[in-house]
Amino acid sequence: MENNSPTAVSEKIPFWRDVRVLRVLFQVVFLLGVILLLAILYTNMLSGLRRLGLTLNLNFFQDEAGFGISEGISYDPSDTYLKAFWVGILNTLKVSIIGVVCATFIGLFFGIARLSSNWLIRTIAAAYVECFRNVPLLLQIVFWYTAVVAQLPNIRESLSLFGGAFINNRGVYLPSPEPTSSLTIWLWFLGAGLLLAVFLYVLRWRQLQRLDRPGFRAKWALPAFLIVALCGWFLTPGSPFTLDLPVLQGFNYQGGMSFSPEFSALLIGLSIYTSAFIAEVVRSGIQSVVKGQREAARAVGLKEGQTLRLVVLPQAVPIILPPLTSQYLNLAKNSSLAVAIGFPELLGIGRTMMLQTGQSIPVFAMIMVSYLVMSLTTSAAMNWYNRWITRIGR
Amino acid sequence: MRKFLFRVSALILAISLVTPLLARGEEGILDKVKNRGRLICGVNKELPGFGFLGQDGKWKGFDVDYGRAIAAAVLGDPDKVEFRPLKAADRFPALQTGEIDVLIRNTTWTLTRDTDLGTDFAPPTFYDGQGFMLRKDLGVTSLKELAGATIGVTAGSTTELNLADTTRSLGIEVEPIVFEETETLYQSYDQGRCDAVTSDKSQLVSRRQSLKNPDDHVILDVTISKEPLGPVTVHGDNRWNDVVSWVVYATFFAEEHGITQANVNTFETENPEIKRFLGTDDGAGMGKKLGLPKDWARQVIAAVGNYGELFERNLTPLGLPRGVNKPWTQGGLLYAIPFR
Repeated sequence: MENNSPTAVSEKIPFWRDVRVLRVLFQVVFLLGVILLLAILYTNMLSGLRRLGLTLNLNFFQDEAGFGISEGISYDPSDTYLKAFWVGILNTLKVSIIGVVCATFIGLFFGIARLSSNWLIRTIAAAYVECFRNVPLLLQIVFWYTAVVAQLPNIRESLSLFGGAFINNRGVYLPSPEPTSSLTIWLWFLGAGLLLAVFLYVLRWRQLQRLDRPGFRAKWALPAFLIVALCGWFLTPGSPFTLDLPVLQGFNYQGGMSFSPEFSALLIGLSIYTSAFIAEVVRSGIQSVVKGQREAARAVGLKEGQTLRLVVLPQAVPIILPPLTSQYLNLAKNSSLAVAIGFPELLGIGRTMMLQTGQSIPVFAMIMVSYLVMSLTTSAAMNWYNRWITRIGR
Repeated sequence: MRKFLFRVSALILAISLVTPLLARGEEGILDKVKNRGRLICGVNKELPGFGFLGQDGKWKGFDVDYGRAIAAAVLGDPDKVEFRPLKAADRFPALQTGEIDVLIRNTTWTLTRDTDLGTDFAPPTFYDGQGFMLRKDLGVTSLKELAGATIGVTAGSTTELNLADTTRSLGIEVEPIVFEETETLYQSYDQGRCDAVTSDKSQLVSRRQSLKNPDDHVILDVTISKEPLGPVTVHGDNRWNDVVSWVVYATFFAEEHGITQANVNTFETENPEIKRFLGTDDGAGMGKKLGLPKDWARQVIAAVGNYGELFERNLTPLGLPRGVNKPWTQGGLLYAIPFR
């Protein structure tokens, strides 16, 4: 009897009051609800499309695009929509990667400057961060475009720097190095220099370990490499590179390399805006390192720069990295604001495609997937770096 | 727990009630407009002569007046219309999603738009062609001389495609700069960002006026495309497309027969077709067939005038010649279908 009674009770419990059943049941009901909602949205979309006489397919990606794109890899209006889309992806990547590099350096500089003991530097850095962080990015990009870049002189009155570089309201034109046949000879010199540098680097590292002192490991390697490279440059018969100078021909400059005003304005806008956030990330990372660490470093006789490089930053970097990753992701996604100034990036080209084909849903899906892939890749790389650096640090 | 179950079933009930609403569309746009008591019309806001917001806060222009004409026909009052300013790139999604009832925004009729885009067109109200505007001092007189030039266009337009087609067939290369906003396009052109801009000639004429020195710019004497511009409705609502189409024909018809804003209410005639048009005949009238009041055409003319008056009021001040936009009786392309 004693043993039986609990079973008897549990047998009596109807299933709608049995926690074990209910737990599963509610999850199933919830899941069904979600599926139902998605199904409703999907059929609603399909019925809407049917009403308009549209079908959902990706075949149009093989069709001829027919519209021109102002910059990016080689592309012709007779290429397919897929190629046009690819041009957009590459343009987005180009501005994002250069932007991330610029924003990181500017941000690092201002982040450290905010903690300077010098009042002027500290205040300027604070003003920089507050100004650029608190004005909408779209506004900033349009400002750089219409109020700065577009106000540069006309193409026929270009600003000329050293006779080889030109700046006007159609872009920045720079000489580009073109490799010549003697480049291979110089590359041999570079290879030899690199070997020597690696050897000296290891030597210096061992020495520092033996002395058990902090120091600059590349102290010997770097000058040695530069000397070999320089000697090689002069010893090579003929110059390894020639400069391709931009020349005004007809309507525009031809030759050399150029950055369009749209690209420049977008790059400046993105880099400066994001750098203000990165500066704050860097500052908070540095401040999170206990004050005692810094004082201890000073007490053992390290200089200010050494303290930062050897004691503070190694501890701050693992704290900085996760929010830094978010800033990188933001920068890449914010590049879609280029639509406002006509830089042909992913979203801009995608929108043109939607309008010319009417296939908004597949194109939108493709755009979203592209951004997702870019962001997830960046995240994965940064997480990997984070794990690596924490393992080294500990 | 009962409460929870109750909530879940309430949710399911709510969803099943909302679904038919989401999937609605059985109600035609004509009924929707009548029930709402207001027409929603997508227009351009930065194209003087066709569609723009005046200093006094009133919408003005040729396309805008057609919006008023439709409101007059359907609701008997040309002011019962709400204008939605749209960018070139936003106009078709706005129409497809039902945000606007009709799109009258200098839109070109093409095969792709008629089929793939889910839109239907009413007869063109303005026959245009694509041209080029550039600075006089460049001394360019033909398209071939534009090789290597930077040329500005609007995003999502037919002009963007025509430019690529033309340069390809001429075997020249140009650098297209695509702008989302018409305003930015012409501003950039004025600042020298591009050597030339290409668009419908009517737009070039209209926008030249707002450049810093209009006299420094010239519109090339070449037309690279046909641009029939007209009102657009969403695909699949034929009744509504009929209404919009016949409002356009009504303006053509009135000009053919000399019916004007001033004389429409006192027009004396024994011509049975004109009587059917004005709704003064004894029969049920043409209005009933369209689902409109008997005097719908008279309302249209009383509100905005005939085609000639619309043109003179909005486009002649810009210096646009009538060209082919004349009644067929005068050698033009405007041809009203019989009111029978």
